[in-house]
Amino acid sequence: MNAILQATIEFLRHYWAPLLCGVAIVAILPLAVGYIVLVERKLMADMQARLGPMRVGPHGLLQPIADALKLLIKEDIIPDNADKMVFWLAPVLSVGAGLLSIAGLAIGPAFQIAQDINIGILFVVGISAMGIFGIVLGGWASNSHYSLMGALRSSAQLVSYETAAGMALVSALLFTGTLNIKSIVEVQSNEGIWFVMLAPVAFFTYLVASIAETNRAPFDLPEAESELVAGYMTEFSGFRWSLYFLAEYTNMIVVASVATTLFLGGWLRPFAHVSWLNSLDFLPTLFMVVVAAYCVLRMPKQPTRVQQLFMLAVAGLCFVVALVLLVPVVVPIAHPFYAGIHGGFWFICKVSLYIYFFMWLRFTIPRYRFDQLMRLGWHFLIPLSIINVLLVGVALIAASYLNLHGWGLLLVTTPAAVITLVVALLILSAEKQRDVRHDPNAASDFYAG
Amino acid sequence: MGADELVINMGPQHPSTHGVLRVKLKLDGERVIGSECIIGYLHRGVEKIAENRTYQQFAPYVDRMDYVAAVSSGLGYCEAVEKLLVVEAPPRARVIRTILTELQRIASHLLWLGTHALDIGALTPLFYCFREREEILKIFEKYCGARLTTHAFRIGGLQYEAYDTFETEVERFCQDFESRIVEYEDLLTQNRIWIGRTKGVGILSAADAIAFGVTGPVLRASGVKWDIRKAAPYAAYDQYKFEIPVGTTGDTYDRYLVRMEEMRQSRLICLQAIENIPAGPIMAKVGKVLKPPPGEVYHAIEAPKGEIGYYIVSDGTVMPYRVHIRPPSFINLQAFDRMVRGHLVADVVAIIGTIDIVLGEVDR
Repeated sequence: MNAILQATIEFLRHYWAPLLCGVAIVAILPLAVGYIVLVERKLMADMQARLGPMRVGPHGLLQPIADALKLLIKEDIIPDNADKMVFWLAPVLSVGAGLLSIAGLAIGPAFQIAQDINIGILFVVGISAMGIFGIVLGGWASNSHYSLMGALRSSAQLVSYETAAGMALVSALLFTGTLNIKSIVEVQSNEGIWFVMLAPVAFFTYLVASIAETNRAPFDLPEAESELVAGYMTEFSGFRWSLYFLAEYTNMIVVASVATTLFLGGWLRPFAHVSWLNSLDFLPTLFMVVVAAYCVLRMPKQPTRVQQLFMLAVAGLCFVVALVLLVPVVVPIAHPFYAGIHGGFWFICKVSLYIYFFMWLRFTIPRYRFDQLMRLGWHFLIPLSIINVLLVGVALIAASYLNLHGWGLLLVTTPAAVITLVVALLILSAEKQRDVRHDPNAASDFYAG
Repeated sequence: MGADELVINMGPQHPSTHGVLRVKLKLDGERVIGSECIIGYLHRGVEKIAENRTYQQFAPYVDRMDYVAAVSSGLGYCEAVEKLLVVEAPPRARVIRTILTELQRIASHLLWLGTHALDIGALTPLFYCFREREEILKIFEKYCGARLTTHAFRIGGLQYEAYDTFETEVERFCQDFESRIVEYEDLLTQNRIWIGRTKGVGILSAADAIAFGVTGPVLRASGVKWDIRKAAPYAAYDQYKFEIPVGTTGDTYDRYLVRMEEMRQSRLICLQAIENIPAGPIMAKVGKVLKPPPGEVYHAIEAPKGEIGYYIVSDGTVMPYRVHIRPPSFINLQAFDRMVRGHLVADVVAIIGTIDIVLGEVDR
């Protein structure tokens, strides 16, 4: 007994920091997801000439909390003919995979739970792909046709697009020579250039594939509301449903983080090594101050006392964060300790932009049909990404002969990207000719994917 | 039924069957190999009710059939009874009727566009469409007090005189609307995904369309230039210049283009009509108690969704002996199975949307 206690204490002594981070993630992530949803609804409302949630809290700021409470106290319905065990397990599996893959991500040089795993990026991608089991099992266990079709669509879609996404990742990894997430960012720091410049085609491929992987519009076929009611989630309600919802948004954060790490320089500031742009370090502080000022300015317009106080509280919080962000810039001694905070700011910024792009697409364009989705994946993205990997490889060999580094790499990678684009155009025109020859509606066995 | 076939019930509760349409789909994977529309969930026996109401009392009931184009249904009924009575609405009433009906056509098409785009996955056009539709409904509300089931017209003319700012408001709407249509088209017309989802989907040949008795934009998109506003002008349509857009292939994309162009033409009709509303009475001389001479009449008008026809048999009493209504949605829906076979589940909702049905009218 004593030995077990001893071992536990020993374990805690070693791993208290990652454990704390883990608890923090499980506690904070649902809240963050709630607010991402709020931001999405607000953005959607803005683009659609309306206001969005305005009732709960000032400008609907407490809406996510109200939604979460509502979902928690809803009746828990399990259909009579459902496979109850699997029905219970499926959403947990989905959300578990999402949360677990967060562990591998490095939000700043100091903020990483599963530190220095040498297969970091594979771990993240692999675990997050496990979430599909939750979707397939949930769709199957619901014993409903709509759910089943949603689940089938989802699995076919993930298999198809994971290939393209993987190939895109490989193109970027060719530059780093390591799978360790921290090292990937460090390589970008050393080269002084982000991989999005060196492998733009790979970034584009990953962008498209990641939208498809996370089942977001225009690839949201597994839950296509107008066709399959809610796809695999049709029979789920209340908190079970919200777990799926959580999983979907967590996956968005994961793919955005992977893209940020690999292509957008992770936690690095834009132009991190250009000294005359060091004033950019004040940007985080400035941003938070502007947010705080906006809150103070809007405060008198709030209708009730409570809302005014709430606004003030938000402003105060932003101001405190601004001060914290200011410390490393003005006090050089504190720099090593605080470096991570600034990294976190830039990381979150990039992830937000990536997710914003997802949302923007969702509000703008219609949904693909399933055969079109499969064709886009197999006939366009996969060939494109394979060719891109080959050409990036060739470019790197050329670079090593010419002894190119940093921005100089552009000399060889840009021609590679251009050639890939030409090939892409060729593929598209071939597709068009194929359309002319064949009836576009001819049956194709797209579940075979 | 083979082992690899699946029967799926779409509706009556489903986000995109536009009400309570129930479609039984026989699927092979996701491919539709057969379909059956099961209707009647909104049946209220409107035609039977007509036999127990006076002619005036029945007028509000027709608004409840196609509740998103109530003005058009009402116009058809009023004109049918007028034909039976052998009276004619005065010119002023006819022009105002024309303006309101054309506004209603725009409103109905806007609702169609928004929901059709939503079915295909474009979330945003819906709100833009509703923004403009709201303007039209406001005009209706100012005119007659109701937004949806308006009961705007009376047998023999109008009950209400046009309000003071009626002309300027309609004109302002028409001016704004021109650029608004461009907004919708920016989002959809050249969009690759939109074209991919609508071109070649739900093709209905002209011969099929005629054989099924399909009317309205669905018929015109198949290439048949048939519009009652031109073929047998009613209200004041003979005074105005407008084009009848026709399609070529009869697919969903053509129907989209035809309806977009129809909105533009309706706008032009409104602008022409607003320029010169004749002065004069708004009500013809009809008695308080309507007793049409015994006989029968069929009168049809071009509603937003197609030909809405009223067949009324009078036995000389205050109540019709029989009223039969030819609703465009109900008859257009017949072509559904022909259009949907061989397509995918995703196309089913696109095709339901493109026929533009309102279940209140299908079931009556």
